[in-house]
Amino acid sequence: MIEATLFAIVVYDIAALFFQFLNSFGFIILATVGLAIIFGMMGVINLAHGEFILIGVYGTALAYHAGIPLPAAMAVGVVVTTVFGVVIERTIVRHFYDRLLDSMVATWGLALVISQLLLIVFGSSLDSIGTPLGSVSYGPFSSSIYRSVLLPAIAILVLAGLYVLFTRTEFGIKARATIEDPETARAMGIDTDRMYVATFAIGSALAGLTGALYAPALGSITPNRGGTFLVEAFVAVVVGGPSVIIGTLSASGVLSLFNAGGSFFFGTFTGQMLLLLVAIVALRVLPDGITGYVDDWRQRRREG
Amino acid sequence: MSDAADTVSRIRGRLEGPNTYGNSRAFWVGFAVLVTALAAYPQMTDPYTVIQTARYFAVAFLALSLCFIWGYAGVLSFGQVAFFGVAAYTFGAIGINLSSATGVTVAIVGAVAVGTLAAALLGYFMFYGGVRDTYVTIMTLVVALVLNTFMAQTAGSEWAIGEAQLGGFNGMTGIPNLTLGIGETGIVFERAGLYYALLVSLVVAYLGLRVLLNSSFGMTMVAIREDEARTETFGYDVPFVKLVVFTIGGAIAAVGGVFYASWGNYVDPSVFGIAFAALPVVWVSVGGRESLLGAIGATLAIEQMRTALSSGIGPIGSEWALVIVGGLLLSVILFMPAGVVPTLDSLVDSVQDRRSDQGQSTQPTEEAVE
Repeated sequence: MIEATLFAIVVYDIAALFFQFLNSFGFIILATVGLAIIFGMMGVINLAHGEFILIGVYGTALAYHAGIPLPAAMAVGVVVTTVFGVVIERTIVRHFYDRLLDSMVATWGLALVISQLLLIVFGSSLDSIGTPLGSVSYGPFSSSIYRSVLLPAIAILVLAGLYVLFTRTEFGIKARATIEDPETARAMGIDTDRMYVATFAIGSALAGLTGALYAPALGSITPNRGGTFLVEAFVAVVVGGPSVIIGTLSASGVLSLFNAGGSFFFGTFTGQMLLLLVAIVALRVLPDGITGYVDDWRQRRREG
Repeated sequence: MSDAADTVSRIRGRLEGPNTYGNSRAFWVGFAVLVTALAAYPQMTDPYTVIQTARYFAVAFLALSLCFIWGYAGVLSFGQVAFFGVAAYTFGAIGINLSSATGVTVAIVGAVAVGTLAAALLGYFMFYGGVRDTYVTIMTLVVALVLNTFMAQTAGSEWAIGEAQLGGFNGMTGIPNLTLGIGETGIVFERAGLYYALLVSLVVAYLGLRVLLNSSFGMTMVAIREDEARTETFGYDVPFVKLVVFTIGGAIAAVGGVFYASWGNYVDPSVFGIAFAALPVVWVSVGGRESLLGAIGATLAIEQMRTALSSGIGPIGSEWALVIVGGLLLSVILFMPAGVVPTLDSLVDSVQDRRSDQGQSTQPTEEAVE
């Protein structure tokens, strides 16, 4: 009898840890992917990425509170963010394609403006949206199905979709050619300007999607939530390294393992700190990120 | 008489060079007038303005520090506030525990030492680990945010260093005034006294950095900024130089932090927050990243504006301050990437060039005045 209870407790613990891991895994992938596309393909670090996500959140929440059903409201959030992204690319970001550090400074200025304007226009918070799908309870624990099952699944689908888009379609090949060598790409008749806009639009749309998906999972919706997304995204991009999809996937896996473990055993604060400390150590040990290291290692093995 | 002139030209020789703006006699006259005016300022204005201005001077150390490492060595740090804040907290912790005059003096030295050490440690970690460019920027910001998250949750009474409560979101209170002395007797710097201490320190820091930047070390810094790989090929130890630069930058920020903590007798985790971390970048970008005096000037101007907005002066409320600051940053980077002072300088240069062309003068044009 005692053994059976003990066994049940261990199973519950493992399940809880696993769901915590999935929750964090989905969050990090979704927070990162838009930033990773824009950084990996265009070399621009968009410090306003968190605010882009926030625009997705606000678009969704405002549409939902106006009476539109949640899935349609989410679509509104994505569209609003994409349009906003294209406008920003045309007016600001395109001036910075060869000035990497300046692009960070400029987009930081943009981030301050956006979050403060959201505060001024919409006040200190919007009403929260209830998380759909409910939750499963097991033993002393319960996990949200939406956050711990649906969102990680969507995150994986998004990565798979991007993989297909960038490797199997004509658009993807043109976009990668543009990134690799703009001169030659132009000579081959590719409209490189359009490729930049399209890539930035995809990155923005993904940020909007993340915002839309997390609008009902954030609890209170406040104008300073952008920072939550930005830090995780930053860290994952840096740990992942230059390869967008594999990098995002592997970095999210490693980071959420530490985050979930720390949160589960010592509380969310420790989980958060652990995530950031792992990132700092990873950056010191692998300055080119996980995928940079793997590339390096492969090359050395081939040579030697 | 000629001895005196000799000394002056020797001092000017150390202070002037291609790496700094303001190398003419007119500049030094203007500089002397400016410092005199600032010294007379407390006699001419109300005490509240003096206290506010002292705060601008304290945060101007952050601008100096970022200008030094970003403008001259090309190392963009978003986390100079980390060393500023670490020093502020350390000053508070030591000062509260050892409240005598000696104690506070020890706290000043200790806080600057801890802030500098933190910069050296992070710098070693980054530059010897091959962390470069944008990754340095990201890492420094992450460090500041880690400290922000950490300090914000230290509300419980178990988070204390001796007598000093870290205080979580509410911050550390009861930090002593800046005092220099032995035993129980010492000079306490507050209000106008603090203002003068800050003014003197700021002038010393500015002149000291100018000497450093125009020395051969400064030339190496600029070489690294311009072309890191080539500088390395010439046999310079690039990681070491960057480490030294970053450590000096940290020390300057730490001095500012000590002043800041003693100014308000208070420090809270927002010194590590993303909004405060953005400000040095704004000041330096606006003033001109290659102009130390421009960075200080932009700090004073922008902080003045923020204070004015938050005290309800002007047509719009304080909530617009951050929008203006962000917009200012964005437009400077877009339209005047070098910043105000270098742009004005090249403007003056081109006007002078035209004038000397017209006059068919064979005299070399003098360096422009800031």
